[in-house]
Amino acid sequence: MNRLALFIPLILCIALGAFLFSSLDKDPQELPSALVGQPFPNFALEELNDPERLVSSADFRGESQNGQVVLVNIWATWCFACRIEHPYLNGLAEQGVAIIGLNYKDNRQLAQQWLAERGDPYQMTIFDPQGTLGIDLGVYGAPETYLVDAQGIIRHRRVGVVDERIWNKEFRDLYNQLVEQAND
Amino acid sequence: MISLPSKLSKFGLGLVLLVSCELFASADVVEFSDEQLRPRYQQLIAELRCPKCQNQNLADSNSPISVDLRRQVQRLLEEGMSNKQIKAYLTSRYSDFILYRPQVKENTWFLWLAPIALLLLGLIILYRISQRQKSTDPSNKSVADSSTESVDEPTVEPLSADDQLRLRELLKNTNGDSN
Repeated sequence: MNRLALFIPLILCIALGAFLFSSLDKDPQELPSALVGQPFPNFALEELNDPERLVSSADFRGESQNGQVVLVNIWATWCFACRIEHPYLNGLAEQGVAIIGLNYKDNRQLAQQWLAERGDPYQMTIFDPQGTLGIDLGVYGAPETYLVDAQGIIRHRRVGVVDERIWNKEFRDLYNQLVEQAND
Repeated sequence: MISLPSKLSKFGLGLVLLVSCELFASADVVEFSDEQLRPRYQQLIAELRCPKCQNQNLADSNSPISVDLRRQVQRLLEEGMSNKQIKAYLTSRYSDFILYRPQVKENTWFLWLAPIALLLLGLIILYRISQRQKSTDPSNKSVADSSTESVDEPTVEPLSADDQLRLRELLKNTNGDSN
């Protein structure tokens, strides 16, 4: 009995080592998502290209979007990673994925210029110069991408660039499944 | 003797220094309709964590998101929300990550109880070690008392007559070798 007790420190050390080792892969920058499973927050903001038009959360509730599954992509011209992400979003839009842009804390002219130069993958772009919708979404850095189902519920959130690898790993299957459900 | 004008100018200089110091300190001016909100504001931004910069609170950080969140906290205070409501508002958006003082719940109880548990464990170990020493002490003492006053000195049992004979023999041999 006494002899076995001598192994307790060793076992504790191994347990601690295993715990620390398993934490190595985790990204401390990644926050747990508070909004997954929640409805997209209410808002009413101008459209980027059409200041007359007011975009609201009703556009995500299947009323004017016909129950469409959409990606909401938060971007800004000051965001360097968005430059890297943009071509992939263009590609997704060509494949028929509905993407809604959320231009976050940006300048309207610069943003319009950006879309003119790089192509516009967005069905519409919400213009949020104050970052108010950003706060409601818990945005803490661009780019971020949300997958919103036909009922307007957020189903997945990605902080950081969406590229082919991330799309295949995190989005594709869920997206296809949600689209199928919406069509039923 | 210092003349009155020079005294005044010294006073003026002191005043300027004092005021400039104050201006420098409050670069980030926050206006409240009710000054009673200010201590609550200070407390909240000290306890809330900047979501982008990991190891800073909202008060210390000047990242754009912290500036926005400070403004939001101020706005919510003005709207008459309680501290608890403001924290709930922020955690519903930024998750528990934003709280530097996590709430006690099922996934944080370990965090809260671990220091107390470790302290208790330490005390138990300390107590057991002292108990063990006490239980071995009396036997040591009886030997120590019979030979010397000091407890620290190692106790030597007197050699038996047989052993003394062997020792003498050994010493004689080594002396012979060295010669």
